[in-house]
Amino acid sequence: MLPIDILATIILATGAFFMMTGTLGLLKFPDFYTRMHATGKCDTFGQCMVILGCVVYEGFNFITIKLLLVSIFYLLAGPCSTHALMKAGYVTGVPVWKKGDKRA
Amino acid sequence: MPFLVIGILIACTILVASYRCMVGPGTYNRIVAANLVGTKAIILLIMTGFVIERPHFIDVALMYAVIAFIGTLIVAKYAERAELCSP
Repeated sequence: MLPIDILATIILATGAFFMMTGTLGLLKFPDFYTRMHATGKCDTFGQCMVILGCVVYEGFNFITIKLLLVSIFYLLAGPCSTHALMKAGYVTGVPVWKKGDKRA
Repeated sequence: MPFLVIGILIACTILVASYRCMVGPGTYNRIVAANLVGTKAIILLIMTGFVIERPHFIDVALMYAVIAFIGTLIVAKYAERAELCSP
């Protein structure tokens, strides 16, 4: 393997690790807000790292520009949808988990 | 070869997230899980395009990103106000 392939594989593995961690947080956290906190950050960062790994593997050509377009769009869209969902849950009164409560 | 492994891992995480989408208590947990599945489907489409060496899948991934974002935003606004456009 070339060194650039090894670098791309390391970046891809980092992204996949972050996405798996976010999904684990969605499964194990006790509350709506904490689940949102886990998935909102880990998912955005994981997706950007995976796409960056694809860019490093591919080199610079027309496919790379489209990949970066996907990444930039999701950097704008992911936090926006997270914020909208969180505000919707807070306005409609989803209960907040405190220490000692029953896990929902 | 790394793209196949990453694709299989992402597919397993889609399976875990769909458990929360089916079981999770209340509406909002289900919306969060559906948003997560939409995000991971973008990555799965890109990985499929790299594995079978067809770059057209990246266009599909771009359109899917736009559609998933708009869908999540519309469902969140509808669940917040119980109407889509207020007079």
